[in-house]
Amino acid sequence: MTDLTRLTAVETAAAVASRDVSAVEVARAHLDRIAAVDGAVHAFLHVDADGALAQAARVDAGEVTGPLAGVPLALKDVIVTRGVPTTVGSRILEGWRPPYDATVTTRLRDAGVVVLGKTNMDEFAMGSSTEHSAYGPTHNPWDLTRTPGGSGGGSAAAVAAYEAPLGVGTDTGGSIRQPASVTGTVGVKPTYGGVSRFGLVAFSSSLDQAGPCARTVLDAALLHEAIGGHDPADSTSIDAPVPPVVEAARRASVQGLRVAVVRELTGEGYEAGVQERFDEAVALLSELGATVTEVSCPHFVHALPAYYLIAPSEASSNLARFDSVRYGLRVGDDGDRSLEEVMSLTRDAGFGAEVKRRIILGTYALSSGYYDAYYGQAQKVRTLITRDFTAAFEQADVLVSPASPGVAFPLGAKLDDPLAMYRQDLATIPSNLYGGPAMSLPVGLSEGLPVGLQVMAPTMRDDLLYQVGGALEAALHDRWGGPLLASAPELEAARA
Amino acid sequence: MTVPYDQALSEFEAVIGLETHVELGTAAKMFCGCDTSFGAEPNTHTCPVCLGLPGALPVVNAQAIESTIRIGLALHCDIAAWCRFARKNYFYPDMPKNFQTSQYDEPLCTGGYLDVDVPGEDGTPEVVRVPIERVHLEEDTGKSLHVGGATGRIHGASHSLVDYNRAGIPLVEIVTRPVVGTGPRAAEVARAYVAELRDVLRGLGVSDVRMEQGSLRCDVNVSLNRPGQPWGTRSETKNVNSLRSVERAVRSEVERQAARLRDGERIVQETRHFHEDTGLSTPGRSKEEATDYRYFPEPDLAPVAPDPAWVAELRAALPDPPSVRRKRLTAELGLSARDSAAMVNAGVLDLVLATVEAGAPAAEARNMWLGPLAQAANTRGVEAADLPVAPAQVARVVELVSSGALTAGLARQVVDGVLAGEGEPDDVVAGRGLAVVSDEGALGEAVDAALAAQPAVAEKVRAGKVQAVGALVGAVMKATRGQADAPVVRRLLLERLGVEG
Repeated sequence: MTDLTRLTAVETAAAVASRDVSAVEVARAHLDRIAAVDGAVHAFLHVDADGALAQAARVDAGEVTGPLAGVPLALKDVIVTRGVPTTVGSRILEGWRPPYDATVTTRLRDAGVVVLGKTNMDEFAMGSSTEHSAYGPTHNPWDLTRTPGGSGGGSAAAVAAYEAPLGVGTDTGGSIRQPASVTGTVGVKPTYGGVSRFGLVAFSSSLDQAGPCARTVLDAALLHEAIGGHDPADSTSIDAPVPPVVEAARRASVQGLRVAVVRELTGEGYEAGVQERFDEAVALLSELGATVTEVSCPHFVHALPAYYLIAPSEASSNLARFDSVRYGLRVGDDGDRSLEEVMSLTRDAGFGAEVKRRIILGTYALSSGYYDAYYGQAQKVRTLITRDFTAAFEQADVLVSPASPGVAFPLGAKLDDPLAMYRQDLATIPSNLYGGPAMSLPVGLSEGLPVGLQVMAPTMRDDLLYQVGGALEAALHDRWGGPLLASAPELEAARA
Repeated sequence: MTVPYDQALSEFEAVIGLETHVELGTAAKMFCGCDTSFGAEPNTHTCPVCLGLPGALPVVNAQAIESTIRIGLALHCDIAAWCRFARKNYFYPDMPKNFQTSQYDEPLCTGGYLDVDVPGEDGTPEVVRVPIERVHLEEDTGKSLHVGGATGRIHGASHSLVDYNRAGIPLVEIVTRPVVGTGPRAAEVARAYVAELRDVLRGLGVSDVRMEQGSLRCDVNVSLNRPGQPWGTRSETKNVNSLRSVERAVRSEVERQAARLRDGERIVQETRHFHEDTGLSTPGRSKEEATDYRYFPEPDLAPVAPDPAWVAELRAALPDPPSVRRKRLTAELGLSARDSAAMVNAGVLDLVLATVEAGAPAAEARNMWLGPLAQAANTRGVEAADLPVAPAQVARVVELVSSGALTAGLARQVVDGVLAGEGEPDDVVAGRGLAVVSDEGALGEAVDAALAAQPAVAEKVRAGKVQAVGALVGAVMKATRGQADAPVVRRLLLERLGVEG
């Protein structure tokens, strides 16, 4: 019998729909896989076996059908799930069981997707390695001594380690795409407002966006379509149909498409091996019929500093609610201490160093007397970056760059150097500031580790990502004789 | 310690400013669908959004936007073509997100005015124009109950209880510009402004404007300066929750500041808390160590951009201002100028008119408000409008009397019950068992008892002095705690005494 964990989401759904296998069998196979390898990978913070099997049984009973019915999924622990622990990778929410479901959670259930559990992440999605999780790091399935990127390292690693064919991540500055890049998987940040944020524990409200993680472009498109679309409960949700992403992934053609390389997102700061794989992929796009040019987006060099003012500012306000009064951790409430002391002790004990760093940074940037120089100035940069995108999209249909400046780095390598960690998101942050969609997909190996290419499109043209990604993926699979992940080392061997 | 008010204002000029918070009467909260009704069990009108649970997001209540624009239009403000909400960040346990979603530098309405009548030097009404700085929309906080301390304040309390039913109720803040040149009438102008504003809001139907329930709340700013000198440092007195208190708060602050200034001391910019019982205020936190609220545009909400055509429609559909409405209704009802003046003086004219609009005949409405309700207000030391009874409830009592279901005496008891929080008039009638007893069998015993107890009176009536029967009727009414149907009692008494009515 075939190993059910090796199937794509499309294949799994087809097998379940044709009753070749039951959804319960599929779920059990993945739960078994998790039991076998997650001790080494640590992609999951909480495995919800009962919930997964119950949902699989609903699919088998024919209560829910659809293109993803019966397909298992790894849900980032930043998305709330009714009755199922949601920690956001933080001690401050340890043990919290939300009384409600995120819109994404509801849509997954309605699509018949089987949520296996909640995945590890940098605390409050702040980080690029998943090492800032309060519950220990996740390990990269390609090399367990390396990080899977972050903040959504858990979902990406789960998909790469065949613990689930699909994952949902959130991307504030690259937290879906950078992990996808370093784990050899596909990750998409949809257009801001394309997927509801209702029930997504906020890091930076104007940047956060949930999106798909998968092993193929088409799988990602199906998931994108399932979770996307207008939600009246999110005022920033776009009231328009989901762009035709599945159709685009199937069309998978770049014939006549104008593709532009962003000059500011190549060269210095990018590892040589990454740059080589990227250049080869761009050449391949040209061979496939795309017109390749170069554009300049001069303000992209200010994206990182602008991001590190806007995101922490919003975070400093969003994270104020974690005060021990209504839910979550409470420390020092001995009957003598004042409310302020208990709040203060709780926040000190409950938040990790990186979260505190960003709260302080954001508090400072919003302070009276500094607001204009920091937060206000950063918003102006954001406008300039948006203009860069608009101008570039007059010359090209999509923009491309390496998704991450390097391959997966060793655990601990950047923990003492926050700026080095922040630079992991050099290429991904501009799309967050602009709001447009972007994808990372694997284009080869450097030093035996995956390299990702990023495709960026205009807002609400998410379909273009899938069109380009699908074409490139097909050509690369031909060249490699199969998916890149097939060349990843066997985890069982790694454990032995 | 203090300088008498009149003396203070002959020596100093007062600059006053008023910030009024109005809870809108929308069915749902500002950013979620929760019920807004008052008096529910604590924490039962809550959901993930108004509890600020992780991941929850706000959605603006369109009705609240409309109400705010109508308030702005009624106050002659400009309506913003585009504006945003802002987050006001500070930690307090009754604020679920530890920020309040409010408006900061982009309010929905700006730059209006409200004309108010105050008695001039010779007693004739004089119009004072109070300039309005802004009208903006925000969410209310929850309510904290501090237990175990002497003051009910958080300081010294052993623990605190928080009720989030109020959290997220739409709140409109109406801020005046500094009001200058009020001379010796600063306190009266402040009071008249709040009273007129309340009537405007009631006329718009956007709020039940009940100061005693906190749906209309006032902060009073006062500073003093010597004539010709720059404005002084102001204090902000919070928690001023009746019309009478608005006037008293200004008075006490004028008297306090004048004394300090006269002694050469300086006024500290601070927040003060008003105490209804003493009419005085005590210092709260000093503004010198003021919180930095770190305002920034609320990223979870789309900007508000009211369609100008819609705003024009709202403007065209505004009701008459209270002054115009008063004139029209008093004319329609044929109320004499003297009657109107009496009702204005008692602060009940608008209440009478509202009661009439709720269906009561003018004379009965007038009698209720100038009679038992004016007395109740007097006993409680509040304005009639601050009594916890609505014109519609008064109209219902009047209706019950005219239908014969209640006597005048019972009506008074029903009013007492409503004021005591026993619910609607019909609830009080049912709860207290106040229906009129006209059953002759049931009344017979009380009639016989009255005749037996007062044989001398009975004899007088028998002897032809029919009007003496009143004493016996009174005794029966007393014995039945006012529930007997008096005409029936009278007839029964006369029958037994063998006298023709």
